[in-house]
Amino acid sequence: MKQPTLLTRIRRDYFASPLDGLLTVALLVALGAGAQALLHWAVRQADWAVIQANSTLLAVGRYPVGQQWRLWLLTALLVGSCGCSWGLLRGRGWPRNDRLAAGLVAVLALVLPWSLQLDLPIQGRWWALAALLLLGRWSCGRWGSALPGRWRAVLPLGWPLLYVVGLGLIGGGLGLLKVTPSQWGGLLLTLLAASFAIALCGPLGIALALGRRSALPLLRWSATLYIEFIRGAPLITLLFLGQNILGFLLPGGFAPDRVWRAMWILTFFAAAYVAEAVRAGLASLPRGQVEAARALGLSSVQALVHIVLPQALRVALPALVCQFITLLQDTTLLSLIGLLDLLGVARAIMSNPDFLGRNSEVYLVLAVLFWCCCAALGLGSRALEQRLSRHHHPMR
Amino acid sequence: MASAPWWRNRRLLPGLIQALVGLAILVLIAFLVGNLVRNLTAAGLLLSWRWLAMPAGFDVSETLLPFNAELPYWRALLAGLVNTLRVVLLGLVGATALGTVIGTAAFSSNALLRRLARAYVELIRNVPLLLQLLFWYFVVFLSLPNADEAIQLPGLVLAKSGLYLGKTELLNGVWQGSLRLTLEFGALLTGLVIHSAAFIAEVVRGGVASVSGGQWEAARSLGLSHRQTLGRIVLPQALRVIVPGLNSQYISLAKNSSLAVACGYSDLYSVAETTLNQTGRAVEVVLVLLGAYLVIDLVISALMNCLNHRVQIQER
Repeated sequence: MKQPTLLTRIRRDYFASPLDGLLTVALLVALGAGAQALLHWAVRQADWAVIQANSTLLAVGRYPVGQQWRLWLLTALLVGSCGCSWGLLRGRGWPRNDRLAAGLVAVLALVLPWSLQLDLPIQGRWWALAALLLLGRWSCGRWGSALPGRWRAVLPLGWPLLYVVGLGLIGGGLGLLKVTPSQWGGLLLTLLAASFAIALCGPLGIALALGRRSALPLLRWSATLYIEFIRGAPLITLLFLGQNILGFLLPGGFAPDRVWRAMWILTFFAAAYVAEAVRAGLASLPRGQVEAARALGLSSVQALVHIVLPQALRVALPALVCQFITLLQDTTLLSLIGLLDLLGVARAIMSNPDFLGRNSEVYLVLAVLFWCCCAALGLGSRALEQRLSRHHHPMR
Repeated sequence: MASAPWWRNRRLLPGLIQALVGLAILVLIAFLVGNLVRNLTAAGLLLSWRWLAMPAGFDVSETLLPFNAELPYWRALLAGLVNTLRVVLLGLVGATALGTVIGTAAFSSNALLRRLARAYVELIRNVPLLLQLLFWYFVVFLSLPNADEAIQLPGLVLAKSGLYLGKTELLNGVWQGSLRLTLEFGALLTGLVIHSAAFIAEVVRGGVASVSGGQWEAARSLGLSHRQTLGRIVLPQALRVIVPGLNSQYISLAKNSSLAVACGYSDLYSVAETTLNQTGRAVEVVLVLLGAYLVIDLVISALMNCLNHRVQIQER
């Protein structure tokens, strides 16, 4: 079939009828006017000094300045591991997407620290981090495939280990100066709360979903009751409950810190939604799968771990990532109970008389940050889905 | 079978597991309730509802029910509940209308409109609702012009002193209208409608996409226009997929309305927060809150289930 030319395509897609043409022109004019107004504001009217002056506060809150080297070390560890995982997954070549991503990283590392007017040594650190990422990608891509298979199978376990090390680095203890959770803040607290809840709500949600589908009535009822109770309540009322009642429910002195309370509530909240997503995945599986596994002599636990869960989780993956994105966004509610997460710090900055009336700039930066994080999660989930479905149907 | 050890016994095992789980749950509940009673007794706050009849001592702004600071706490909470219901009801209507428009725009014959609909959904879904509400209130609504420079649209006037609907006129530098909404309510409603519309648009898009392509082709070959096909053939069939999805979006909207406190609107949650700060009655206030939202959710679910029965295609 002949490919339509650009002109006929434009005509078909945008000017199919007079009404369509009119609509296209009207929309283009409106879009152009909006873009021009935004650009004019961003270049002429906006005062970005509020971001430049508060970049550290937005990033880590009131984390003690003398201890911030621990966060740099943690960032370096994370960046190095990301680079290595990237290299191990993609191998030796540099396909187009990888070259694009590498270019983007390099440009961001050069432009962002400069536009924030950071000190030159700190700008240098960002360049070093970007270089570390690309070095990890290059070296692990080049020599990663030479590792013995058993090593490669163990390597993913490095991530949970890194998480525990990271918590130690942030919180202190074991010879390091303790930094109490009330001093964590900004992006650090947002990412920590989201990652903590995401990591723990998975297993909890799977257990709840299995409980809800269990043949044992007591398990089924208690799981159902829990899930429906949590899903019936707005998150803010549960956080409110955590701040005001949790102290009464536990013996005196055992109640965790306010930040930890909120993080646990987030986890328990997300678990109920994850359970529903997993339950849908479990329900999509034909009964024959379990029966066949049992007929082959697998015990019910083996059938669950090797046959049922891998397939159910693959089906549930899009819904799960959707929940994780919501969870990342829900961490903003921590600012409503007086914690200094990214939004909490931002609101504190905006109430500073030096930066009065600079709301738009701060909100825009926050929105862009959240948008990028959430869009990246969504993209990652789609890539993982494709990878898994290729794995599942090698013929396609 | 007699040689099978007891932990493989098919009849014994379920009972045993249930007994263990039941025991664990009971112990946990006993532990928590025991602590609660002990701690509340120590603080002198044992469960009691008598405070509900005491005068509230604070004001609830823009209530439909008459309210002042001398009225008891239960009237304050009721006024908050009515405020919540008001914003939820209007939000449902607005979000459904906007969401349907954007969801069907994804099937427009104009490619630019299709892309814009997609961009809207991607933009709104990836930015936290709380951030959007703060933006609408602090950036947009609080910077509205004064009365003499008010933005005037047919049947709607936007000014710093509020939003005026219906017949509007300027009297001695003050706007009068048949209906006045505060900025707080306006910001909350706008934020909720715009946010929920993105999710509802996805539900509508999924529903329309679930109608098979043959329906489109058949309708077009019978001579119906694109718009007629969408409105008379495809949407009615898509409804049975759309309604269950709408149910959960409506419930989210009702729950999301509790973020009103960010815009300074006195909804149920913000009244409850003030009540707790004044009385210290944490357990009772949280019970009221959870109960109220649970009832709202159940009512929405019940209504949507009725609707679901109506739109299902009657088969022979």
